[in-house]
Amino acid sequence: MISIINYNAGNIKSIQNMLKRIGVKSMICSSAEEIEQADKLILPGVGHYDHGMKNLHQSGLIEILNKKVLEDKIPLLGICLGAQLLGNKSEEGIEKGLGWIDMDVIKFDKKKLSSSLKIPHMSWNEIKINKPSALFEGLNNDSRFYFVHSYHMQPSDKTDILTTTNYGYDFTSTIEKDNIYGVQFHPEKSHKFGMQLLTNFSNI
Amino acid sequence: MRRTRVIPVLTLQNEKLVKTIRFKNPTYIGDPINAVKIFNEKEVDEIVILDITATKEKRQPNYKKIEEIAEEAFMPFAYGGGITSLNQIEHLFKLGIEKVVINSALATNLNLLREASNIFGSQSIVASIDVKKNWLGKLSVYTNSGSEKINLPLFEYVKKLEENGAGELFINSIDLDGTYLGYDNALIKNISELVDIPIIACGGASKITDFYEVMQHGASAVAAGSLFVYQGAQKGILINYPTQEKLAEEVYKKL
Repeated sequence: MISIINYNAGNIKSIQNMLKRIGVKSMICSSAEEIEQADKLILPGVGHYDHGMKNLHQSGLIEILNKKVLEDKIPLLGICLGAQLLGNKSEEGIEKGLGWIDMDVIKFDKKKLSSSLKIPHMSWNEIKINKPSALFEGLNNDSRFYFVHSYHMQPSDKTDILTTTNYGYDFTSTIEKDNIYGVQFHPEKSHKFGMQLLTNFSNI
Repeated sequence: MRRTRVIPVLTLQNEKLVKTIRFKNPTYIGDPINAVKIFNEKEVDEIVILDITATKEKRQPNYKKIEEIAEEAFMPFAYGGGITSLNQIEHLFKLGIEKVVINSALATNLNLLREASNIFGSQSIVASIDVKKNWLGKLSVYTNSGSEKINLPLFEYVKKLEENGAGELFINSIDLDGTYLGYDNALIKNISELVDIPIIACGGASKITDFYEVMQHGASAVAAGSLFVYQGAQKGILINYPTQEKLAEEVYKKL
């Protein structure tokens, strides 16, 4: 059972649709009581960084999330904005992030992109896997995922970087630290590659 | 390797898939959910589904059908047709789609674009423009499935859409729709020189090399209807999509 955190800032339905397709049970959690019961969490997220953090604060779920993720150490997967929120802060806004991973979120450096590479990076793209991980079991450097983002993660500790992706330059597309995972791309919209990744997460 | 997005566009009329030629003579193609299931297997980059009679019939998007389609769409899914309000857009996103495509409403209501882009993020808002040439070759923008001409000149309109927060421009050439005559490369070039946002070219695609050509003229993504639902000169109905190897060989590796 995977619990999807509902804080009014994510594309919950698509994630649910894909989990259903791969035969993984899921529930949508909006309350601390529901999250207390969870043994695996997905933090979705679409939109502005500050909007996401403000909604998380308003949801009143941060305290229980801190407990479940940092103390109970249950696996958590952040998707897109949900991955960015795991860090300290973002150039997109002024709100503080969850601070679970020592990283900042920075805007794509336009100077390093040729004129044909637009921002947002809205495209299918490949990943380069830096270290063995249960999350990428059965996936390889030819696996494609769907990306839509203008900002990207930049962890301070390079060992937290699980995959990188090239868009004008190499940026961090997946982070992994202990029980905490974050993917910049959208596995729920990435065909068999996303199905494999979410299946792997459900097996962790 | 740089990629582009290669996007099948499916047009919907009364819950059935149809294909038009120059926006006229809709021909029955099949069931949208079947088509989306096949496109899943073919691992398409993205799909656009346009309900081409919603605006004409002054009705809401068909939420039930859209939800059914979204449940089968494991790729990014953009929906357009009959969208006139923020409430509708919010409803559509809750059904599990990624992007909305807005066309007719923008001719009279740029606020909708600005507000939608602020609330939901510009990456999820596609502004769609249907372009037609008159007998002198002058370009005009049409709304309501190509039936109403707007007064603002095309290039001014394009700038306005960008200024008001459009995340992408979907440029469809009415004259080339369903004709297999190739994209209007000059049109795409002219628009791409005016704006910074990504342009999706649509209308006229007949072969994979057309994708490469229109990208050389400034398109960031390519869309096609007939090419992906018909096969061969007899236009037999066959949902199809090029393999990644073929796309890499004929498009991506040349970019």
